[in-house]
Amino acid sequence: MKPAPFDYVRPASVAEACRILAEAGGGATVIAGGQTLVPLLNLRMSQPFVVVDINGIDGLRGISRVEGGTRIGAGTRQADALADDTLARHLPVVVAALGHVGHYQTRTRGTVGGSIALGEPAAEMPAAAVALGALIEIASVRGTRQVPAREFYVGPYMTVLEPDELVTGILYPDWPEGHFMLFREVARRPGDFALVGLVGALAVERGAVSRAGIAWFGMGPTPIAANQAEDALVGTALAGIDVERVARLAVADAAPFDDHHASAEYRRTVGLRIFARTLRETLDIRSAA
Amino acid sequence: MSEHGIEVTVNGHRHAARVEARTSLGEFLREGLGYTGTHLGCEHGVCGACTVMVDGAAVRSCLMLAVQVDGAQITTIEGLAEADGTLHPVQQALRDNFGLQCGFCTPGIAISLACVMQEEAGAGEGARENALVRAMSGHICRCTGYQGIRRAIRQLSGHQPAADEAEAVA
Repeated sequence: MKPAPFDYVRPASVAEACRILAEAGGGATVIAGGQTLVPLLNLRMSQPFVVVDINGIDGLRGISRVEGGTRIGAGTRQADALADDTLARHLPVVVAALGHVGHYQTRTRGTVGGSIALGEPAAEMPAAAVALGALIEIASVRGTRQVPAREFYVGPYMTVLEPDELVTGILYPDWPEGHFMLFREVARRPGDFALVGLVGALAVERGAVSRAGIAWFGMGPTPIAANQAEDALVGTALAGIDVERVARLAVADAAPFDDHHASAEYRRTVGLRIFARTLRETLDIRSAA
Repeated sequence: MSEHGIEVTVNGHRHAARVEARTSLGEFLREGLGYTGTHLGCEHGVCGACTVMVDGAAVRSCLMLAVQVDGAQITTIEGLAEADGTLHPVQQALRDNFGLQCGFCTPGIAISLACVMQEEAGAGEGARENALVRAMSGHICRCTGYQGIRRAIRQLSGHQPAADEAEAVA
C-alpha cells in the first residue's frame, strides 16, 4: 500500500462532480485515467483528501461533430480517440500525436482531457490543442466557461484551471479540407516524453499559406505557439517560403531549458532541424539550403 | 479513508471483497485474491510487469485502483492458458523462442501480446507484427535483450523461421 489514505467518490454527473470539488475546497483531486495521478499518489507527491473518479460520468466520453469543429469529451480514452474515424477525418494531426502519447498499455486508461488538464510541457495533447486553436471547455458550480488553449497553460503543470473546476471537453475548430499536418517528435524511446516536438497544421489556398497553427512541446515551461513562424508563413506563396528563416523564427519563440535529458542548446539545434525538415517535407519545398 | 465493496470476475471466478480506496488493482489481485502471477515492479507505470486485462484491454494494474474495477472482467496470467493446461499461443511462442529468462516481466508481456493478438486477429501479418512490436515499448525486460521476445512475435505473426532468425540467435 503506497499512497497516503484518501476518500474515494464516484459522481454520476458533471454537476455532482463540481459540487464535490467545490465542497472539498482544494483538497480533492480528479482521477480520469490515473496514468499520471496514481504514480504521484504512489510516490506520495500528491496527498489529496478526496479522489473524485469521473469515470462514472457517461456524458464525458465520446467524439462528436459540433458547429464549426470537432469536440472530444474530456473522459474519452486515448486508445478510443486513436481509433476514431471522425477524428481521423477532421483532425488527422491529433491522431498522429495520440500515437505518441504514453504506451499501448496506458492509452487504454489515459484520457484526452486528463492529458490536456495536466499540462505536462513535453506532452503531445496540450501542444496539439495550442497549435490548432482549440478551446478548453470547463465546468464548475459557478457555471461553464471556455478558455483558448493558447491562454490555458501558464507554467509546467500549471493551468488557469481553478481547484474547483473540471475540464469537460476540448473543442477543435475545423481546418479546411485537405490541410497539411505537421508532426515530429524526438524522444529517446517510443512512449517517452519528447525531448523536442513539433505539431501543427497548415492550410494552403491558391499556392499560398492561408492559415498556420504550429506549437512546440518539450521546448519550454508550457506548450509554446510558434507565433512568429505562423505570421511569417501566412500569406506567403509556397515557392517563396524561406524555410530556414521560418525555422529560426519558430525557435526564437521557444524557451528551452537544460535538464538531465538534454541541454537548452541541444533542444534549439534539434528544433531548428526538425522544423525545417518537417516544413520542407510537408509542403514539398525544395530548398537551396 | 473510505472502504468500498466491490465484485469482480477474475479468470472466470467471481469475487466479492471490501477494499480500501488507496489499494491498487495489482495489490488487490496479489494480496487480496492470491493471484500472485501478477508482478508489481516499479509501481509507477513504467516497467509493465503488472499488466493485466480489464474488460479486454491491457491495463497497468499498479495505475488502477481496486475500487475502480467493480463489475469488471479481469484476466491475469493465471487465466491465459486453457483449463486443460494448453498454453495460450503467446505463452507457447515465448516458450518456444526463449522469450523469457527470470520471468519477472513475462506475465505482463504475455497479457499485452494476448490483447494485441485479440485486437489484430483480422489484420495482415505485417500489421499484426507491427502492433505486437509497438506494444513491447510498454515493457522492460532486463534479461533477454528482447531477442527471444522478438522471435516469439515473429512466430505469432505467422512467419516461418528463416535464416535471418538463425542469425539473430547467433
